[in-house]
Amino acid sequence: MTAGKSERLLNLLIMLLVQRHYVPKDRIREILYADSSPDAFEKMFERDKDELRSLGVPIEVGQMDAFFDDEPGYRIRPDEFALPDINLTADEAAVIGLATKVWQHARLAEATTEAVRKLTALGVDVDLTALDIVEPRLSADEPSFDVFWEATQDRSPVTFDYVRSGETEVRTRHLEPWGVARYSGRWYVVGFDTDRQAERIFRLSRVQGKAVKEGPAGAYEIPPGTDVGQVARRLAPEPSTERVVLLVRKGAGHTLRRGADHLEEGVPGPDTESTWDRLVLERGSMGLADEVLGYGADVYVEEPALLRERVVRRLRTALAREESA
Amino acid sequence: MNAPPSAKDQVARLLTLVPYLHAHGEVRVDDAARALGVDPDQLFRDLKVLFMCGLPGGYPDDLIDVDIDALEGPDGVRTDGVIRVSNADYLARPLRLNPTEASAVIVALRALRNGAKDDTREVVDRALAKLEAAAAEGGALSGAAQIDPGADADTDLALLARRLQGAADRGRHVRLSYYVPSRDEQSDRLVDPRGVVTADGHLYLDAWCHSAEAPRLFRLDRIDRAEVLDEPVETPQEGPRDLGDGIFSQSTDVTPVTLLLEPEARWVTEYYPMEEIREVGQDRIEVVLLVADERWLTRLLLRLAPHATVVSPVGYADTFQAAAQRALSLYG
Repeated sequence: MTAGKSERLLNLLIMLLVQRHYVPKDRIREILYADSSPDAFEKMFERDKDELRSLGVPIEVGQMDAFFDDEPGYRIRPDEFALPDINLTADEAAVIGLATKVWQHARLAEATTEAVRKLTALGVDVDLTALDIVEPRLSADEPSFDVFWEATQDRSPVTFDYVRSGETEVRTRHLEPWGVARYSGRWYVVGFDTDRQAERIFRLSRVQGKAVKEGPAGAYEIPPGTDVGQVARRLAPEPSTERVVLLVRKGAGHTLRRGADHLEEGVPGPDTESTWDRLVLERGSMGLADEVLGYGADVYVEEPALLRERVVRRLRTALAREESA
Repeated sequence: MNAPPSAKDQVARLLTLVPYLHAHGEVRVDDAARALGVDPDQLFRDLKVLFMCGLPGGYPDDLIDVDIDALEGPDGVRTDGVIRVSNADYLARPLRLNPTEASAVIVALRALRNGAKDDTREVVDRALAKLEAAAAEGGALSGAAQIDPGADADTDLALLARRLQGAADRGRHVRLSYYVPSRDEQSDRLVDPRGVVTADGHLYLDAWCHSAEAPRLFRLDRIDRAEVLDEPVETPQEGPRDLGDGIFSQSTDVTPVTLLLEPEARWVTEYYPMEEIREVGQDRIEVVLLVADERWLTRLLLRLAPHATVVSPVGYADTFQAAAQRALSLYG
């Protein structure tokens, strides 16, 4: 009987909300659970309280009377229960409405929508059509995102298996998460690594299997003044840039061309099958050898020498392996 | 959210509905249902619960007064009916935002702020300040501070997605300048857009391509330019395909290719769908992936050189070897 139980939950809430003092348990029983046996009452009352609390209703327990301290009482303080007044102008309300479209993550999208409904219930008129600005999309597909989000909210240590970039060995890590940050389109968790006894950053997409919250909420303190985004930017691998000069075959290397600072067309190249263009880019060397290699015989490295050597060496090794295979 | 209807959920809805009605006075059923995202019939059932709720005195005057008499028509709830609730002043305000709600909306606004232009950013800042203040009063702010959505949310792509979806809705030709990475080619195409879809975390335009004379998917971040034309499309209007099974199952002409990957090349398993992954010792893995375009595979192998080798079919190994030989010959 959903309706009957809804009535009971709501009546319990109202009863505790409108009384200025703690309401004694036997009075609650008398009014709302009159038909139940003492055992059934205890069970139902416990469950009802839990359900209301899980909605965010702050039920306080206190002593009724200083002289009879075995008598617990309950109340809900209206100022802790209700959303405080938020006076929003029409344009502020409109951007808040827009916020409901940002999350591409089912649970957080629903939470945002629920928050906006509560504001609507406060009398704020959220007009979703008023603003013509484009909302960014915030996705979080990494399976471990929810666990780390929750862990940063209630400060629970997390244990997880992790594979570092360029390695294959899976290691079990223990982290006190400080926060979750998106950087260069990827989500990271930053925190205190209790094995290494140092701050560390982990890319969520490299977490293997299930991350598990371990230990009670509030198990550690986040260092005061921690700026999660700043920590992520500091610890995330930041490629340093250098001057790169490439010869690119006419009509090829479009992605490289887009990032070029300077383009010189029709220059002499390593072969005469086509004409060549010279590109000058300011680039991080991370991953550039991979990218150049991907273009095969359409891109030639002039500078830096180190990059050229790396490309040549990798091609030689690959060919040697193919021949021995 | 998919849980069976529960009393808890119903109470949660009522704790928003009652203050909403309190703030708005008389409200049409469909307006309230839309504003709160509730089905009108459900809203009606929720309201009926209120008949038996109120102050603990037990007198008729103690009960919440719900005016829904005119709502029940012969075919269910009359959505143009008007509802009103009174005698419930103690529920005049909604429940506080819980920590997840507060964090979710604040982080979403921060993402919005980072992608906004100056004049909008100022509005977002004002809204954020007010919400953060309200959340702080409820002790929920500390959580939002631990999440940083970054500065690079994909505003341009969202704008492009909206334009292309608009073109699909209105049935207009679109001229695309599109980059094909497997061929390292910039191509111009005329397409009949069907809709924008998401698969594997990317946005795609599903469209009939006049150059290919076939339906094609175009990844939005590889579209350089998109011009929506005035001419209406000629192909029959179709909705976008359902990509629930992943885009790689769309292509019928694919070859399973087995690769041996060393640790350095292992990252590809994060980027491309694999049919199979086998550990083969010495930290190496053997993977099977479906290849529709051999040029794509050759470019991938060059990129990974020398950490990936073709196990089978042998023909693909030969093609790769020839491409590597050609590239090496540039350096004399």
